[in-house]
Amino acid sequence: MLDLFGYGAFFLTMALTYAIICLGLNVQWGHTGLFNVGVAGFVAVGAYASALLTTPDAPGRLGGFGLPIAVGWLGAALAAGLATFLVGALTVRLRADYLAIATFGVAVMVQLCVLNLEGLTGGPFGIGFIPRPFAATASDPTLFASLNLALLVAVVALLYLALERLLRSPWGRVLRAIREDEAAARALGKNADRFRLQAFAIGGAIMGLAGAAQAHFIGFIAPENYQPMLTFQVWAMLIAGGAGNNRGAILGAIVVWALWAFSAPAIAALFPPDQQARAAALRIVLIGLGLCAILLLRPRGILAEERTISRHLPPAELKTEKPSHET
Amino acid sequence: MNPQTLLEGLIAGSMIGLGAIGVTLTYSILRFANFAHGDFLAWGAYLALAISGTLGSLAGGLAAPIGPFSFGWSLPIAAVLAAALTAGLALLVDALLFGPLRRRRSAVIILVMASFGAALTLRSLLELVFTSKPFYYTQELQIAMKLGSGMRATPDQLLCLGVAAVLVVLVHLLLTRSAIGREMRAVSENPALAGVVGVDVRRVVRTVWALGAALACMAGVIAGLLVQIRPQMGLDLLLPLFAASILGGIGSVPGAMLAGLIVGVAEAATVALVGAEWRAACAFVILVAILLLRPQGLFGRPD
Repeated sequence: MLDLFGYGAFFLTMALTYAIICLGLNVQWGHTGLFNVGVAGFVAVGAYASALLTTPDAPGRLGGFGLPIAVGWLGAALAAGLATFLVGALTVRLRADYLAIATFGVAVMVQLCVLNLEGLTGGPFGIGFIPRPFAATASDPTLFASLNLALLVAVVALLYLALERLLRSPWGRVLRAIREDEAAARALGKNADRFRLQAFAIGGAIMGLAGAAQAHFIGFIAPENYQPMLTFQVWAMLIAGGAGNNRGAILGAIVVWALWAFSAPAIAALFPPDQQARAAALRIVLIGLGLCAILLLRPRGILAEERTISRHLPPAELKTEKPSHET
Repeated sequence: MNPQTLLEGLIAGSMIGLGAIGVTLTYSILRFANFAHGDFLAWGAYLALAISGTLGSLAGGLAAPIGPFSFGWSLPIAAVLAAALTAGLALLVDALLFGPLRRRRSAVIILVMASFGAALTLRSLLELVFTSKPFYYTQELQIAMKLGSGMRATPDQLLCLGVAAVLVVLVHLLLTRSAIGREMRAVSENPALAGVVGVDVRRVVRTVWALGAALACMAGVIAGLLVQIRPQMGLDLLLPLFAASILGGIGSVPGAMLAGLIVGVAEAATVALVGAEWRAACAFVILVAILLLRPQGLFGRPD
């Protein structure tokens, strides 16, 4: 019974770290229509920034600085936010898919840097001894697991409330206006590029925070955690849950993570022990087919985007609803 | 830069250029950045491997090396068959995935995302079938020949350079001199207008997929012959391919080839001057520079 609780808490905590990444991607894609193929790179920036700030001093590597975990998480958000801002500033004026290509390039570069800059990142061996929140309670596994879960629930809830407020504010409505009809938004005097850049950087900062949360929960990071596969999983989560809907982003993260985690033993059982690499490949094939199938069959996901308009409009005007865009 | 680095860069660059032609054609005519193109390249390399292996075991004489080269007749035959099969694969992916999305008039970025999903699926399928173990077309060793001024190259490398040059000229002639080439350029300018004047847009789309995938297959075979065949090869080449097609100017075939050579030489120089572990950074630096300085590329037109 206790083990079951421990596993459940571990599973949910992991799922919630993915939910944070999904919320960040939702700001970029769901609300603003910016396609980011480098999610794994920005998550890695956050994870390494926080690890660098909070780990105890290590020989042969810059830092760690042994700072409190909260400082690490803040640093992670700032570092990833800055990285996204720079990429955005480079491509936001150009064609939409140049941003996709540039973010893909960033993910490749981040992967290359964490592998090769051994003095900063520990190279292929990664960084261990990342302090875990509530480490003082580690002798009581149930308490430790519940406190960690509670922390992640609190972070996701706070982010959700903040984002809902932000996206229903005039700022959020401008984002949607730009996504739906950029020419009209520009005609109203909105600087589309600046709004896009802001949304892109905010989304990136949230991804960095998620990277830090994940790193501190597991206590160890290495370059292979941040392969393109991570980007792909997060996209599958957001599209399945419903892009443009923050509750959909969280739900998608939990559903897809559940499918991912629980399908592992089933698929592994199909292959003999020496063929487990094939089982892993088959799992990726299935999630890839799943993503394509959702794009073809149910492009709006489980929870479709809600119509968001000003609270100050009288309800009568809601009736002239037009079908919203196809995402 | 010493002449040997330059030569090695040109040989690798000719392969990047062939792949980049496919990217630039899909980009200018179908209007989206195809993240699955690198995996067409890997599929081409593996299909050629499978066919060549089968031919070699059916008729042992086909596997015996031809003249100075390291491979037998089974490889060129397999390359041609694999090019046709890779074209078929691209048409299949289009019929199942991109075609329905286009008919629904999905946003460009949905097509990009679908290509991203297709890329991971295709790559993992290769890993499922062939595992991640590297393969080689041949186990023969080759001695590099002296070419003068300190340059050395194996006969295989020189042949690859020659094949790439011939293919680029053929594609350029096809685009500029043939009826289907004119139709492709018309669709690239304005698909609706091209349809109005009687161009069969769907046939043009099919031609673009087939041509791009066949060239990707040839690039994959060259990459497999010069280096090795791995499921990840398409992923590793994707950034150089994008960098070359943007640097050359979207839609320009000579531009893509020239830019491919530039990327190849820059990578070889990076390996010589900075270190092999930073090779992959080269394409990114070129990409950032071109986006900052001249987003339309060398031979492109501004949006």
